[in-house]
Amino acid sequence: MTALQIIFILVAAMTLGAGLMVVTTRNLVHAALWLVLSLFGIAVFYVLLNAGFLAVAQVVIYIGAIAILMIFAIMLTRREAVDGTPKSQVNANWLWGLFISLVLFGGLIWIFSQWPGTSVVMPDLPAGLDPLRLLGQSLVSPNAYVLPFELASVLLLAALVGAIVVAWDRK
Amino acid sequence: MVDPITLIATWLTGVLSGWGLAPGLVTFILKLLGVVAVASFVLVLDIFLVWVERKTVARFQDRLGPNRLGPWGLVQPIADVIKLLIKEDITPVGADILVYNLAPILALATVLLLWAVIPFAPTILGTDINVGVLYIIAVGAIGTLGIIMAGWASNNKYALLGAFRTVAQMVSYEVPMVIILLVPVILARSMGINDIVDQQSVWYIVMAPLAAIIFFITSIAEIGRAPFDLTEAESEIVAGFHIEYTGMKFGLFYAGELLHALTVSALFSTLFLGGWRGPFAEQVPLLGVVYLFIKAFFMYWVIMWVKYTFPRIRIDHMLNFNWKLLTPLSLAVLIVTAILDKVMVGAPLWVYTLGMLAGNLVVGWITLTLLRRFARKERQRVVGEVRPVAVPPFVAAASSETSTSTTTP
Repeated sequence: MTALQIIFILVAAMTLGAGLMVVTTRNLVHAALWLVLSLFGIAVFYVLLNAGFLAVAQVVIYIGAIAILMIFAIMLTRREAVDGTPKSQVNANWLWGLFISLVLFGGLIWIFSQWPGTSVVMPDLPAGLDPLRLLGQSLVSPNAYVLPFELASVLLLAALVGAIVVAWDRK
Repeated sequence: MVDPITLIATWLTGVLSGWGLAPGLVTFILKLLGVVAVASFVLVLDIFLVWVERKTVARFQDRLGPNRLGPWGLVQPIADVIKLLIKEDITPVGADILVYNLAPILALATVLLLWAVIPFAPTILGTDINVGVLYIIAVGAIGTLGIIMAGWASNNKYALLGAFRTVAQMVSYEVPMVIILLVPVILARSMGINDIVDQQSVWYIVMAPLAAIIFFITSIAEIGRAPFDLTEAESEIVAGFHIEYTGMKFGLFYAGELLHALTVSALFSTLFLGGWRGPFAEQVPLLGVVYLFIKAFFMYWVIMWVKYTFPRIRIDHMLNFNWKLLTPLSLAVLIVTAILDKVMVGAPLWVYTLGMLAGNLVVGWITLTLLRRFARKERQRVVGEVRPVAVPPFVAAASSETSTSTTTP
């Protein structure tokens, strides 16, 4: 077992455990903080895959913006952001939920077992290759992803304008 | 000439490999030792910073500052640390114990994380990641999280109010900071901090003075120092997020704040003042460390100068300043820089530098003109609504036409 595999297993356990805590803990702020840990685990996966830019973007967007916004929204509500009801935390459809998630998980496992890439050892990046530059160029290159990139930009711009219109104080 | 750090690293590699350790393990041990060395160095420097801060604020306020313990009061911070360590550690009733104790650690640790990407000298650097500039932003975001956790877990309304203000301030000022950090990235054509230093044969403060000023203002807001210290405004919310912390837990916040100020000074020096660059720095790497710290301490002094000169800004002014001035201005600077960079592609360095400087000056002049016009309009509005001075009625009636001409500037 290589060092990379050990790190992967540890981080995967941390991410999954934190994800489980998000849905089981009764304190909303604690759930948000566990979510931060889980999202941080995803960022570590990106680092393990040599995708430094995605890792840092994950931290900036998901921890720096979304998680903080969630905690902020929770703090604006009641002081006791705790689910105090003694009922169990599963609803009547938990059997269906378990069934669907098991089917999805099994399907994913089956697809990955068909794929030959799972048994290949990750090759090192060739020297002199700058993945960040390649990513930037392919985002604005007409032969690559310029159309989806610009569409997403327009969508975000529309969302920004919409937020301003909603918050506009007409006198 | 080889610097001592590289010498020690090479020697240790030889010794550890001689013991028959795997090369991966040797690299791991060396990296670990490097982390311990940098973190310890920075934390010891932090104790010294307490003295620097207290001495400087004393001079600004026409006092002497600590002067009893040791020469020039140099031993005073050690006494302060001992006092903090032996103070009673109080956890408030109703506090969220785990989050409450985690918050000060997070606040200091995120500051230490920033030192990982600052190159001390051409050969002495922690790590050279190709997304260094974005890494700074990401680490800053985790620091915000630490302060929110402290404010929420303290079970205190003032602490919670401080945390609210912190979120409003840090999340807002992150926007112009991210935008303006793209200017050195455009100039250096790389997001790696080491590349940015390598490219600065002309300091970027000459090519992009507006970007430097905006980065400086936003980083003061990010560290929450005066005039942006309304997250801990003592006259309104006592001490803000760290009101309930005692002893060394408060000490961690305090140390984190001081160290954060030095860290953003070092970042400013690295991004805009050439980092370790200086005469003979490439031949003698240790000189680079000296140059970096001279520049960083100069910027630290400027931060203190600003802190003890300006009064605290009001929260609506703080938000207006950010969203109505800094954000549009940083967007304008970014666009102008990008266009000028494309226009002057292939130009000699002095033409490029002068062109960038001229572009910045034009943008700065337009901003000042717009601001002056806005201020004049605002003054006229205020003066037109209420009379600034009380005038006896008979005087006002006698000189009604002259008074209107004098009140309007």
